[in-house]
Amino acid sequence: MFDDSSIIVGLEIGTSKVCAVVGEQGADGALNIIGLGQARSRGVRKGEIADTTQAEEDVRNAVVEAEQMADVEIRNVYLGVTGGHIRGFNNRGVHPVVSADREISEDDVQDVIKNAKAINLPTENNVVHAIRQHFFVDGQDGVTNPVGMLGSRLEVDVHVVHGNTNRLQNAIRLVKGLQLEVDEIVFNGLASSLALLTSEQKELGALVIDIGGGTTDYVVYAGGVIRHTGVLAIGGDHVSNDLAYGLKVPLSRAEKLKLEHGCALLDGKIEGQTVTITNELGLPLKTINVEHLQRIMSLRLEEIFQLVAQDLEQAGLFDYLRAGVFLGGGGARIPQIAKLAEQVMQMPVSIGQTNSISGLKSALDQPEFFTAIGLVKFGSFKTRKREGKPSLAQGIKGALGRFLQRP
Amino acid sequence: MKTKTQTPAAMLEPAKTPAAKIFGVGSAGVSLLEVMNREEFAGAGFVAVNTDATSLAGSTVALKIHLETKLLRGLGTGGDPERGRAIAEEQFTTLKTACEGADVIFVVAGLGGGAGSGITPVLARAARETGALVLAFVTLPFVCEGNRRLQQAQQSLEQIKSVADGVICLPCQKTFKLIDENTSVLDTFRITDELLVDGVRGVWRLLTRPGLIQIHFDDLCALVRNRHSESAFASVEASGPARSREVVEKLLNHPLLEEGRVLAESDAVLVSMMGGKDLTMAEVGRVMEQISRHCERAQVIMGAAVDEALKNHLSVTVIAAKANGAMAMAETPMTTGYLDQPTGARGSARSASRCAPPAPPLTQEQREQVLARHGSGRARKTVAKMRQAQLPLAIISKGRFDKSEPTIHKGEDLDIPTYIRRGVALN
Repeated sequence: MFDDSSIIVGLEIGTSKVCAVVGEQGADGALNIIGLGQARSRGVRKGEIADTTQAEEDVRNAVVEAEQMADVEIRNVYLGVTGGHIRGFNNRGVHPVVSADREISEDDVQDVIKNAKAINLPTENNVVHAIRQHFFVDGQDGVTNPVGMLGSRLEVDVHVVHGNTNRLQNAIRLVKGLQLEVDEIVFNGLASSLALLTSEQKELGALVIDIGGGTTDYVVYAGGVIRHTGVLAIGGDHVSNDLAYGLKVPLSRAEKLKLEHGCALLDGKIEGQTVTITNELGLPLKTINVEHLQRIMSLRLEEIFQLVAQDLEQAGLFDYLRAGVFLGGGGARIPQIAKLAEQVMQMPVSIGQTNSISGLKSALDQPEFFTAIGLVKFGSFKTRKREGKPSLAQGIKGALGRFLQRP
Repeated sequence: MKTKTQTPAAMLEPAKTPAAKIFGVGSAGVSLLEVMNREEFAGAGFVAVNTDATSLAGSTVALKIHLETKLLRGLGTGGDPERGRAIAEEQFTTLKTACEGADVIFVVAGLGGGAGSGITPVLARAARETGALVLAFVTLPFVCEGNRRLQQAQQSLEQIKSVADGVICLPCQKTFKLIDENTSVLDTFRITDELLVDGVRGVWRLLTRPGLIQIHFDDLCALVRNRHSESAFASVEASGPARSREVVEKLLNHPLLEEGRVLAESDAVLVSMMGGKDLTMAEVGRVMEQISRHCERAQVIMGAAVDEALKNHLSVTVIAAKANGAMAMAETPMTTGYLDQPTGARGSARSASRCAPPAPPLTQEQREQVLARHGSGRARKTVAKMRQAQLPLAIISKGRFDKSEPTIHKGEDLDIPTYIRRGVALN
């Protein structure tokens, strides 16, 4: 009961699947994935909940499965959010240091971050993250922790991720309706990047593109900090829909064809090749040209990368990506996708790999679980910070509280 | 056909600003002239044309043409465009004389009624025959004004399109996007008037003010000629240090440009920028860069000019034209149309468009007949010939995303398969 490890759960309500990942953080801070639950998602479109009842059921199934596998009871989750309404931008906050000795205190740091967060958001929007990038002390650049330094003017650059409050609340309310507490909401793209990138890669500069079912989330790190985030409400669903439209097959069949014959690039061998789709009795229904299939798919995927590339170009971040591009999400499974991305982006692209996390091999290798794993990792940072220096009183209170909470 | 043409040599004279006349047709057109009859349009000849004497009596413009025949007994056309057309045909020479001497003729009218819908096509033809460039600025009625007026307006629009060099059309219904629950009817009409006048003003300034980057008269002709669809236009103004950015934002939010979608779809865009003496090249560059980014496919013609009256202000007028008429059909709720007259070929040098050619000039006999109908009690409908309606083409089902919020990126609906948007053919 009083063991040092803590359980952290990441819950992602995605467009194609709902997935809950249970992680265990040891006393040394090492993270171990011990459980994974997933369910096919039916109530989500483009990363946002469209059918509450079905989504609720799917979340429940996924959480129950994860509980069984990890043999724990899930009470709190870190919830991943995404959707076309989420935007990121950089902002700077300024705060004059007023204390007599001009020493920057922890309070000054809090104040300056608060100032940086106070931005003109539309009233219906809410800040999801305000991630600090660099501090400036009297205009001096590159300070990572100004506490204890002397100066008269403290500035900070933050990256603010914000989204529509109501749409964010939808997911939170749904999870709360299942008697689960939401510790924090986390932007899915940020979560994926946490799972994929090492600190070295963050320092060099890297782009993480998570191609999910309904959305494509991307995050740019440069110089160790987040420089840019974005969401495109296009994903694997669009590929299936394009195929259904172009090949004139039902959506479910298009989905299957995508998985079986899909490819991000046209390869020369498929010219004139066809597949015959059959009904449940094995009778042939329709013959489909694989070349058409791949062309439709390739164009859509190419466009996704082009849109991301355009956005980065506008933000002027292309030259900062020295570690390259990392792909995640279900879309990373598409054959040749890295090659296609390389052609569009003109830089090395690889499928991401989770690092510094141990545990279930089956979970760690799959690109579609990167976001949920990242959520656990995000949670582990928070817990570590919170439990970093617990005072004696807090420690006792915490332990007692936990004791009392158990049935 | 052209009795008076601008020779290339004449066009080369730098000092020459084209002579312009502005015609207001029908009650709506005449009242629009009142709005325009101010200093900024100095130099233009105003002509009010109407069948209704009371409307003309209230007008302050110099030249009024009262189209009158005893058959109408001093009343207006009674909302019948056929009658308006008949009178106009009768007085064709009068109209033509009024048009003489102008290089550009603006025809301003509200379609839907008798005079506006009936006279405008004839006037446009008369103006064409004098060799002038004819730009028609017309409004389509509000949907609530009834189906009949909409149909009449639509029909008249088609006729105008085939005779005028350019038609800039403002469906009044679109102004609903600009007003709220509490806007009075008066204000709504004022807004509609203002919008249309803004359009005329934009073109007017373009032609008359000294240009830093001149738009030649030829450019304007080239842009509007052979694009017989309704053009969309927007005119915005902003002032202050961030005006160039503000102007672009306003443009992209303009209801008539449908959040920039119209720009993305158009294939010719004319941008006219007007500023005070403090207009900087950097501003011009910024605005143009933004606009061109939104209409990558279009041929963009730009002009910048200085108007000293515009202190500290930056005014941008954008006219977007599209070669085929798909947009026009999508914008209007009309699905059926009647053509009262069988269509006849006309000796026009311009390419045949999908629009119906205008009805042939009536003979004296027919004219009498049409006008006499007024006297014979209830007007009978002429034998209406059903015309196959045109439906907006290629409705692409969005399948799974039919009911979700569309993903719009720079005016493109990304839910539509990429290969369709890019026009990649699957054989």
